[in-house]
Amino acid sequence: MAKQHISFTLNGQKVETLVEPRELLIHVLREQLGQTGSHIGCDTSHCGACTVDLNGKSVKACTILAVQANDGEVLTVEGLAKDGELHPVQEGFMQEHGLQCGFCTPGMLLRAYRFLQENPNPTEEEIRWGMSGNLCRCTGYQNIIKAVQYAAKKMQSA
Amino acid sequence: MIPGAFEYHAPTTLAEAVSLLKEYGDEGKVLAGGHSLLPMMKLRFAEPSHLIDLNGIDELRGIREENGVIHIGAMTTENELIASQLLWDKCPLIPEAAKLIADPQVRNKGTIGGDIAHGDPGNDHPAIMMATDASFVLHGPDGERVVPANGFFLGTYFTLLEPEEILKEIQVPVFPRNTGYAYSKLKRKTGDFATAAAAVVLQLDGDICTKINITLTNVGPTALKAEEAEQLLTGKVITEDLINQAAEKAMAICDPAEDLRGDVEYKTHMAGEMTRRAIRQSLDRARGN
Repeated sequence: MAKQHISFTLNGQKVETLVEPRELLIHVLREQLGQTGSHIGCDTSHCGACTVDLNGKSVKACTILAVQANDGEVLTVEGLAKDGELHPVQEGFMQEHGLQCGFCTPGMLLRAYRFLQENPNPTEEEIRWGMSGNLCRCTGYQNIIKAVQYAAKKMQSA
Repeated sequence: MIPGAFEYHAPTTLAEAVSLLKEYGDEGKVLAGGHSLLPMMKLRFAEPSHLIDLNGIDELRGIREENGVIHIGAMTTENELIASQLLWDKCPLIPEAAKLIADPQVRNKGTIGGDIAHGDPGNDHPAIMMATDASFVLHGPDGERVVPANGFFLGTYFTLLEPEEILKEIQVPVFPRNTGYAYSKLKRKTGDFATAAAAVVLQLDGDICTKINITLTNVGPTALKAEEAEQLLTGKVITEDLINQAAEKAMAICDPAEDLRGDVEYKTHMAGEMTRRAIRQSLDRARGN
């Protein structure tokens, strides 16, 4: 099948590549563009390890075709820190021990990043609801919730 | 996992999409949110040679009210349903049920039209559509037809949609005053399909139930309408005893498939319990409690 030319903005930078229509966004990010922060967990859109931001919304990149990102804007964990400064959600996961093995963390960070734009001052219940598309096999949920609360507080005071 | 090879089409108008579908016939498949179709393609359960992506068609999105009827574009996402104040005001069962579907990321992609047109008995909107007396606008090469939700679902992955038709819009009458509603869904975890679920919409005149719809999710080859249970309660003052009798009648039409969510007996029993809960909550809401 003929490859298609696509271009999109990835972490603020314009990227171009050739893809087969059947290639999923997660594969193109990881294998063609070298951005291996987003992980493939279940590969069935359940676990959320592949969560990225596409056009201002959290999506699971294992269930989006790369061609669907054409002309779009994609943010991955590689784009969260700015000028060597961790993003508040990253700082929160570090300070509150929001990760154990770390496999789910990039997806958790990207979902937390978008969730806090949608709801800057959430209750604990709203955080659990907002983060419910991301699974942690270490089951470290308590500290993940605390990490999101930390980030919310930090972003409010900024 | 990567789907089999296909040619990708991204039409920007409905007319263009329908002509592509006509051109490719059985080889073509339309893509809505992709959270049912892409997993099936990754597993090679579906292998279309032409994929027609509806995401670029603006005329398929949006929610508006006209003459007491709410029009919902088929490509409206679950999260857009949840964010719609119009729906919360005029037909709150739809956003309330949407909150029980999948998870935040999937709800950003998953659409009401895809959930309906896919014909999966595990999907939630079919029962909701039947409970709200919704109709579907089907757009084909020779024009449009409007069909009621009740009767649209013919079997698992099998609906009234012709191969060259696209579900364009969902039309739902605004809830009259004194309407009670509920969707009771039992699921094992966030994102799971229902083990069993029941949707109820009823109207009260004083204490008398003048109309009631009772529909069930994932306990048969399609969403089911519990007509005998409805007939039992219509025109009556609904008592706890009648609720139990209605639940028995709902259980009698269940024909669930055994799977990891439970065996036939358990799922049927849960369908009865979901029916009881949905009727009770609907009554409370209709009475303004």
